[in-house]
Amino acid sequence: MTISPIENGIVLDHITAGKGMELYKALGLAELDCLVAVINNAYSIKMPGGRKDIIKIDAEIELNLDIIGYFDPGITVNVIKNGVNTKLPKIDPPKEIKNLIKCKNPRCITSVEQELPHIFKLTDSENKVYRCIYCESKAK
Amino acid sequence: MRNLIDILDLTTSEIDELVAVANDIIESPQKYAHKCAGKKLATLFFEPSTRTRLSFEAAMYELGGNVLGFSEAQSSSSAKGESVADTVKVVGYYADIIAMRHPKEGAPLVASMNAGIPVINAGDGGHNHPTQTLTDLLTINREKGRFDNLTVGFCGDLKFGRTVHSLIGALSRYKNVKFVLISPKELTLPEYIIKEVIEKNNIEFVETTNLEEVMGQLDILYMTRVQRERFFNEQDYIRLKDSYILTPEKLENAKEDMCILHPLPRVNEIAVAVDNDKRAKYFEQAKNGKYIRMALILKLLEVE
Repeated sequence: MTISPIENGIVLDHITAGKGMELYKALGLAELDCLVAVINNAYSIKMPGGRKDIIKIDAEIELNLDIIGYFDPGITVNVIKNGVNTKLPKIDPPKEIKNLIKCKNPRCITSVEQELPHIFKLTDSENKVYRCIYCESKAK
Repeated sequence: MRNLIDILDLTTSEIDELVAVANDIIESPQKYAHKCAGKKLATLFFEPSTRTRLSFEAAMYELGGNVLGFSEAQSSSSAKGESVADTVKVVGYYADIIAMRHPKEGAPLVASMNAGIPVINAGDGGHNHPTQTLTDLLTINREKGRFDNLTVGFCGDLKFGRTVHSLIGALSRYKNVKFVLISPKELTLPEYIIKEVIEKNNIEFVETTNLEEVMGQLDILYMTRVQRERFFNEQDYIRLKDSYILTPEKLENAKEDMCILHPLPRVNEIAVAVDNDKRAKYFEQAKNGKYIRMALILKLLEVE
């Protein structure tokens, strides 16, 4: 199977195999009107199991890097301009994420006040633990 | 503007300051009798409470201030579906400081983001109750004169007890503190508190199911209630409930100067006969609650 190279756009590489569609949805890529390819189970020397997912976006768009950092800091972001590839520095997990995930604690104030933003803070960067700022429940 | 949502919002030196002010209030209450004249405390209690609400109100009256508020959600506009944010925005126009109790975890934090005046968390569900922890700390200070070099036993329901979790967090910042965690296996301290608080601060701790075995080691015994509804089956509850009831007999091996604390209300986890023991400090502890709240109100209102 061949997917043609991009002249101007973004390639998200080294996505854990099977997680490509999840990231596609989290980044809201379905709303784009440009060409987007999600490649599942591509061959990889680097990735465990020898498989990875790749997302190719055929347009210069602004990506929310916090989402990628939260999703998996190991993902490589390549920005391509006029056929020249620039690899972005490694993305650290964001210190805070807003409205990306929801608090599932039924005792949390967010469970009854729907308009509150769901905000999680990184409380343990080593183990990538995020906790709800309101009830301190661990993100699942 | 400062709020108190979590006990860890206060540094150890701020806790020392509050304890010093509370001790001074106990010594010379007349000095503080008019400190908050013209100021109003709003007690927003979305669920019932006896000690906490009354001690906040008594604290404000003894500082010469006034109190307004409600003591249950049914008598507030939340019964009509108003959000916490909207309620406190309005209260912020009428009062100078808020003490809030709410059944939902994080509600006081939401209030602090919207009120425009200082907010004190007076208990949010099973989450935080920082003024209870301040009360515990003032009592420990008055009884022991220190927060370091203490062996503190926590007994009963360590899984759901928010007062236990907060006090462990607060005491973990002091040197040479040792925790003895006494509970049935069903109600042990949550793993995340052991990992993220106790082990992270290199605090020595032991877990045991036997209160009498460790009694002799303790400088402080913090009792909580083992509640029937926490058990999956009735037989386990019946088998275990008496093990965690403090009686004069169980105190035989305790140190002479050990201090027995309990956040109250007590149901049956401390026998009434223990009340006469000089080591029983739980009613003293409830009294201290008013003084530390006075010190806290002064601090958050920035009254000299």
